[in-house]
Amino acid sequence: MHRAWAGDPLLTRGIPPAYLCPEVARLWHCPEGFTFLDPSSLDSHAKSHASDAPPPRLELRGITKRFPGCLANDHVDLVLQPGEIHALLGENGAGKSTLVKMIYGVLHPDSGTLLWQGRETVVPDPAGARRLGIGMVFQHFSLFDTLTVAENIALGLDGPGPMDALSQRIRTVSERYGLALDPERHVFHLSVGERQRVEIVRCLLQDPKLLIMDEPTSVLTPQEASKLFETLRRLAAEGCTILYISHKLEEIRALCGRATVLRGGKVVGACDPRLETARGLAELMIGTELSTPERPPAGESGAARLVVKHLSTTSDNPFATSLKDVGFEVRAGEILGIAGVAGNGQAELMAALSGEALVADPASVVIEGVSSGHLGPRARRELGLAFVPEERLGRGAVPELSLSENALLSGYAREPLVRGGLVHFGRARAYAETIIKGFNVVAHGHKAEARSLSGGNLQKFIIGREILQRPKLLVVGQPTWGVDAGAAAAIHKALIGLARSGAAVLVISQDLDELFVLSDRISVLFHGRLSDSRPTHETSVERIGLLMGGLFATPPDEDGEIVRAL
Amino acid sequence: MSAEFALVGPILAAMFAAATPLLFAALGEAVTEKSGVLNLGVEGMMLMGAVCGFAITVKTGSAPLGLLIAAGAGAAMGALFGVLTLLLLANQVATGLALTLFGVGLSALVGQGFVGIPLEGLPKLHIPVLSDLPVVGQAVFGQDLLVYLGIAAVPLVHLFLYRTRAGLVLRAVGENHHAAHALGYKVIRIRFLAVMFGGAMSGLGGAFLSMDYTPMWAENITAGRGWIALALVVFATWKPVRVMLGAWLFGGVTIAQLHVQGFGIDIPSQILSMLPYLATVLVLVLISRDVARIRLNAPACLGKLFHPDS
Repeated sequence: MHRAWAGDPLLTRGIPPAYLCPEVARLWHCPEGFTFLDPSSLDSHAKSHASDAPPPRLELRGITKRFPGCLANDHVDLVLQPGEIHALLGENGAGKSTLVKMIYGVLHPDSGTLLWQGRETVVPDPAGARRLGIGMVFQHFSLFDTLTVAENIALGLDGPGPMDALSQRIRTVSERYGLALDPERHVFHLSVGERQRVEIVRCLLQDPKLLIMDEPTSVLTPQEASKLFETLRRLAAEGCTILYISHKLEEIRALCGRATVLRGGKVVGACDPRLETARGLAELMIGTELSTPERPPAGESGAARLVVKHLSTTSDNPFATSLKDVGFEVRAGEILGIAGVAGNGQAELMAALSGEALVADPASVVIEGVSSGHLGPRARRELGLAFVPEERLGRGAVPELSLSENALLSGYAREPLVRGGLVHFGRARAYAETIIKGFNVVAHGHKAEARSLSGGNLQKFIIGREILQRPKLLVVGQPTWGVDAGAAAAIHKALIGLARSGAAVLVISQDLDELFVLSDRISVLFHGRLSDSRPTHETSVERIGLLMGGLFATPPDEDGEIVRAL
Repeated sequence: MSAEFALVGPILAAMFAAATPLLFAALGEAVTEKSGVLNLGVEGMMLMGAVCGFAITVKTGSAPLGLLIAAGAGAAMGALFGVLTLLLLANQVATGLALTLFGVGLSALVGQGFVGIPLEGLPKLHIPVLSDLPVVGQAVFGQDLLVYLGIAAVPLVHLFLYRTRAGLVLRAVGENHHAAHALGYKVIRIRFLAVMFGGAMSGLGGAFLSMDYTPMWAENITAGRGWIALALVVFATWKPVRVMLGAWLFGGVTIAQLHVQGFGIDIPSQILSMLPYLATVLVLVLISRDVARIRLNAPACLGKLFHPDS
């Protein structure tokens, strides 16, 4: 069995019993059911298949990419067959994005070969990838807000032809795949789901043979996501290969026929996700056992820490969503979750609660019994509010400042870090070190720049910074956006712990799974309006999903957009 | 025909002429900014165009060659800005300010030997019949070539930006450079070309001043028009037609205040000279109070540095 130790341990499933090695598996925290495999035997296995079958759509051999200070991809092998939906799994920083960027020609490998339909190929740039028949839908959409749908699509095509004809083609394709789109609309008018359709239609117009989807559902409602899956299955049935990247393991189990797992830039395993549990997949990704947070039942609900009444906002920004008569309260000891697709007023609600945007009527935001609508962020913090914004870099932390300076930025209001107008750097450093230790932040000490941390670690730091101030009320936006499973579990645990210790916690998130793990009650924000809250155990993902799509049980508003339903 | 009415023709003519340097510079800057680059060096580029065009025309006697060199000098200044901000990633605001200071000094140095030399000015086009029409004849049909070129550039720039693929790509680069890069567009090359175009247009605007409007060279001949051009672009929400209207407004007030001075009204001439600048800024601020419109038209990546790997 020691042979399996020579290379990186390959975890796989369905291997002849001779390779089973439970002892070694336990030693390496190998999740149960997975086994070590000698890399060479897998290799020969693959080769025997290659001789008689048609060549795979895409094959990567020994792809290596080095960035200053890190090896992003280390001899990665990957085989994609025609018509398969193949998942690429891994934590943040495992090298998934780097790998697909090399397939799409945005980056170039330092070494290794890429075989396209059996022929060795160099993808010079994205245009070259598109010529080969490779399409990509980016995680952060590569769309241009102030251009129309048709203009956006034209930019992604090599010979778009006249705009009228293109608009017609867009209509045809979008009808065929059930992706309703109006080519003449400006992108900033579109919902996130519609924006994604623009990206997908852009790819489909080029008759792709390989479609790369980078975290496509992280911003969709469950209904939108299942519609997307229908489209993807249909494409796969027509012979298109789909390379699917996602953190959402349940989705991968429902959609994908094969999965390749990356960890630390290396391929550590391959499996059929339909045969695995989500937990098993997560443990394969992080390489250790996953501890999921338990949410003890809420005790007697305490005093109302935050009361929002008739909160309405207006904005000069044409991209903003105005809040319309939003009302809710969060009590001591509980977590209230606010669901909703991005762009439905979350940013405006966060700003109105944090004090970044003041509201006309002070009584519409009441913190700890004090009308605070007219108070700025510092005054609200002094009342006991702590706040974790959605954007980690730039809002939650200053990227160029060290961790101790970042700790100071929000800590000074409630921690004794400033004395007589002068910063007490010793205490700021100690405070930062406390956060780093208490929340297992992986960083080079308190001097590390905020931007040098991975997303998950920075988020742990920011949430730790707020929690250690012993807030009476914590408002968090997207606590685990783009954070890997291990860090997400730690963050969830910390939030639940804070609530159970008597604080009121408000979580605004697009991730329904997260809200169902965390929240005692859930509301939905849609077009600036907030639904009534429901105890989590009395509702379901489907029901919340419908609310996120706008099916409120409220009378239609003046736009007629909200339908009476349910 | 009363004496006042007889004045309208020449005043209109003078207005179009006074607007021309601004029109060139602002159109060029509009294209530059639409690609996402904020070049505050317009004044410096205009001055370099002015002095080079003047010097070459004096030395060679060829006005077309002078204009060509003026555009080239502006483009070279633009290229310098491009190297510093697009390739070496220097801060665009600071570099633009430096470019203006550099242009002021270098143009004074180059122009040292040319102060006080008279120049004939560009030939006026005379269109038979049309140029002889009363009132508007001289104003609209008796100008020299550059005035027409400036006006013709407005629809051309508009068509380029909003009707051609190259214009679409340029706007896309200014809107979201990371997305444009991910789609495979050469962000830096496109911006470089836009900056050079802006420089060439500023150079022509400056050359019009020194070779035609006041056919002579004097230090700082542009007198802050580069800054007005910059303001014009923003307040015109990057739209060529609005840039033109703003330039005409500036030209109109410039000429009107000259006439007021001529009538001997008892207002200090410095205050009158201030009027065109004041009026332009005031009117443009008033018509651009619509924040939504600015946001919709402003290139989202304006002034942001772009590095392909980040």
